[in-house]
Amino acid sequence: MTTELGSATDPRPTLAVWKFASCDGCQLTLLDCEDELLGLTDRVRIEHFLEMTSAEGAGGERARLDGRGPYDLSLVEGSITTAEDAERIQHVRRISRYLVTIGACATAGGIQALRNFADVDEFIAAVYARPEYISTLETSTAISAHVPVDLELRGCPIDRRQLLEVITAYLTGRKPRIPGHSVCFECKRRGTTCITVAHGIPCLGPVTHAGCGAICPAYGRGCYGCFGPSSQPNLRSMLAQLRHDGMSEQDIQRVFRTFNAASPEHAPVPDLAAEEQERPPNTTETHPERPA
Amino acid sequence: MNHRGTRVLRLDALARVEGEAALHLRVDGGTVAETRLRIYEPPRFFEALLRGRSHTEPPDITSRICGICPVAYQMSACQAIENACGVTVDGPLADLRRLLYCGEWIESHTLHIYLLHAPDFLGHADVVGLARDQRAAVERGLRLKQSGNAILEQLGGRPIHPVNVRIGGFYRTPAPQELRPLAQRLRQAREDALETVRWVAAFDFPDAVCDHDLLALRDPGHYAIDSGTPAVIAAQGGPRALREFALSDFEQHVRELQVAHSTALTATLDDRRFLTGPLARYAINGQWLHPVAAEAARDAGLGDPALGGMCDNPFRSIVVRAVEVLHAVEEALRIIDGYEQPPRPAAEVPPRRAVGAGATEAPRGLLYHRYALTEDGTLTGARIIPPTAQNQTAIEEDVRRAVQARLDRDGPDADDEELTLLCERAIRNHDPCISCSAHFLDLTVERA
Ligand code: SF4
Ligand code: SF4
Repeated sequence: MTTELGSATDPRPTLAVWKFASCDGCQLTLLDCEDELLGLTDRVRIEHFLEMTSAEGAGGERARLDGRGPYDLSLVEGSITTAEDAERIQHVRRISRYLVTIGACATAGGIQALRNFADVDEFIAAVYARPEYISTLETSTAISAHVPVDLELRGCPIDRRQLLEVITAYLTGRKPRIPGHSVCFECKRRGTTCITVAHGIPCLGPVTHAGCGAICPAYGRGCYGCFGPSSQPNLRSMLAQLRHDGMSEQDIQRVFRTFNAASPEHAPVPDLAAEEQERPPNTTETHPERPA
Repeated sequence: MNHRGTRVLRLDALARVEGEAALHLRVDGGTVAETRLRIYEPPRFFEALLRGRSHTEPPDITSRICGICPVAYQMSACQAIENACGVTVDGPLADLRRLLYCGEWIESHTLHIYLLHAPDFLGHADVVGLARDQRAAVERGLRLKQSGNAILEQLGGRPIHPVNVRIGGFYRTPAPQELRPLAQRLRQAREDALETVRWVAAFDFPDAVCDHDLLALRDPGHYAIDSGTPAVIAAQGGPRALREFALSDFEQHVRELQVAHSTALTATLDDRRFLTGPLARYAINGQWLHPVAAEAARDAGLGDPALGGMCDNPFRSIVVRAVEVLHAVEEALRIIDGYEQPPRPAAEVPPRRAVGAGATEAPRGLLYHRYALTEDGTLTGARIIPPTAQNQTAIEEDVRRAVQARLDRDGPDADDEELTLLCERAIRNHDPCISCSAHFLDLTVERA
């Protein structure tokens, strides 16, 4: 892919950053790379990034919401919640060579996907006195529900190191090293004593995608799942352990229904929970924390 | 273009702000007839989705309203819930909260000053262009920003959506020696912040005067960050006496209105246009700036804050922000120097059936939260009034004045491209966080 990057006059590949329904936190992560930002701009030409630049393209024309393109690498933040955005993402895909979604909003619908479980008209009425002025879709969906995506980066927000890994891997034409294992592995690497084992604190680490560096356990707090599901999460064991550590059914439902509520891998939780309630409590479940 | 017909200026995309908005401007001959800031950020319905959640959750959930000022959301949410539950968090826990907030002020203001706003004054489209001219200044800005992020990371776990905040305090408090490396870094940051005030003070500022009522928290003895009572100074022309009102009456004074053109709500204060943010804070709290910040403010030409000096040129808000960064650095150093680890990381906050309100000073202005809880701590209602929604009317008025002044100077055929730039600058003065208010500017100017 490196052969087609850049242009005759400027060999740097072009980068675009796009925003859909989101909090801007994931794109801000790029500006939070203080040590790398200026060096990065020597390697890539930031052609479209509304939060950072009012110019677009090599010609420096005024930036537009839908950009001009084509762009070599597009980073997409946010979920699709309006009819206009459902169209805009098609356009973004057409003008992007390699498209990476950044964050829980773009990868799993985000916190705003809680509307998928509710009545949106009622949501609108709860927030706006004149609901008729508001037009929105009934769901908040991931970018991959609309267009093919080349890579999904998880997290609410994404991790700076992972973002830099994706960009450098792209620039050198290799596959980024984004492992799909669970947060538990990162606890081990960091040398954090397991807070579930040591203190009985409920923790979603065993079923949550690595990437943050296991921050919450290091601060004495159970992982709350902001990076979404790890690959092949063992939900049944997780539920048993969370109950064992004192979480109520309601707390379990709530914690799975937060920033990655619409992740298909975590969707079976309500069904499994209902099923479990009909069975006698299982006390011999192996501890889910042990690495496979 | 025929200046006798209706002229429509379109600003497709407002860059270097957080979020997406459009501006519609109608010019009748040589007069600006209408300015409408249309925020088309898709609504995310936080107030609706908070219902049914537990009273422990708003700090984490509402932080996702805005990636630029998550700590502001966490702090206002904590205070509102603690207020409902009859708990006051003070002593070292309150100091640590303010330290975390100082981190956000330093990071967020510096981001705005160097990456979003300064390019306007120096004729660049972005920080990359600016770095070609003034590499050392940009490196200083990035270093200063990083020192704010270092506080957030040390105390909060990460700079965006910190994980260590909970109602009642923290999950884990640091031992004093863990904060020592921060202090060292902050001493360098003090130099960088002072240099920043001098740097921005030397920019060229267009003449402009705003006469909005000013609203900020007031906490005698402190330059309000995380605590205080709402206080108002009336616009120029009226009596400049300060009045306060109880936070529990906030919604009687600050009323939100929905307009057809925007997904953000707009607000009035006692039926008048008003402004919150750095200009308001400086007017109301200036006397409590740390001496080094007060001196820098005087030297920068902002008047004497000890004598009620005010800044009424919105283009100079960048100087006030720089002074606030210096203050936040000093305040952070003061807290770290006096810090003793509290016996417990958090106060107990047992739920009860009640309604509680909380407000703190986000970098962009006052941020108000109210929650209603049941006995078991389930949320039955939430109300969040972010600074950008409060400022929207004042921003529209500033844009109108800036464009009108240009039309008066250059005549009705003033160049569209220049008008567009001017509008963007007038808006950026207020560092609007449009994600917060429902976040980019799309300008249309109609000319008659
Ligand atoms: S994933 Fe989280 S941090 Fe990223 S844009 Fe969405 S809400 Fe913000
Ligand atoms: S379960 Fe234990 S090892 Fe796994 S993430 Fe949580 S604290 Fe870390």
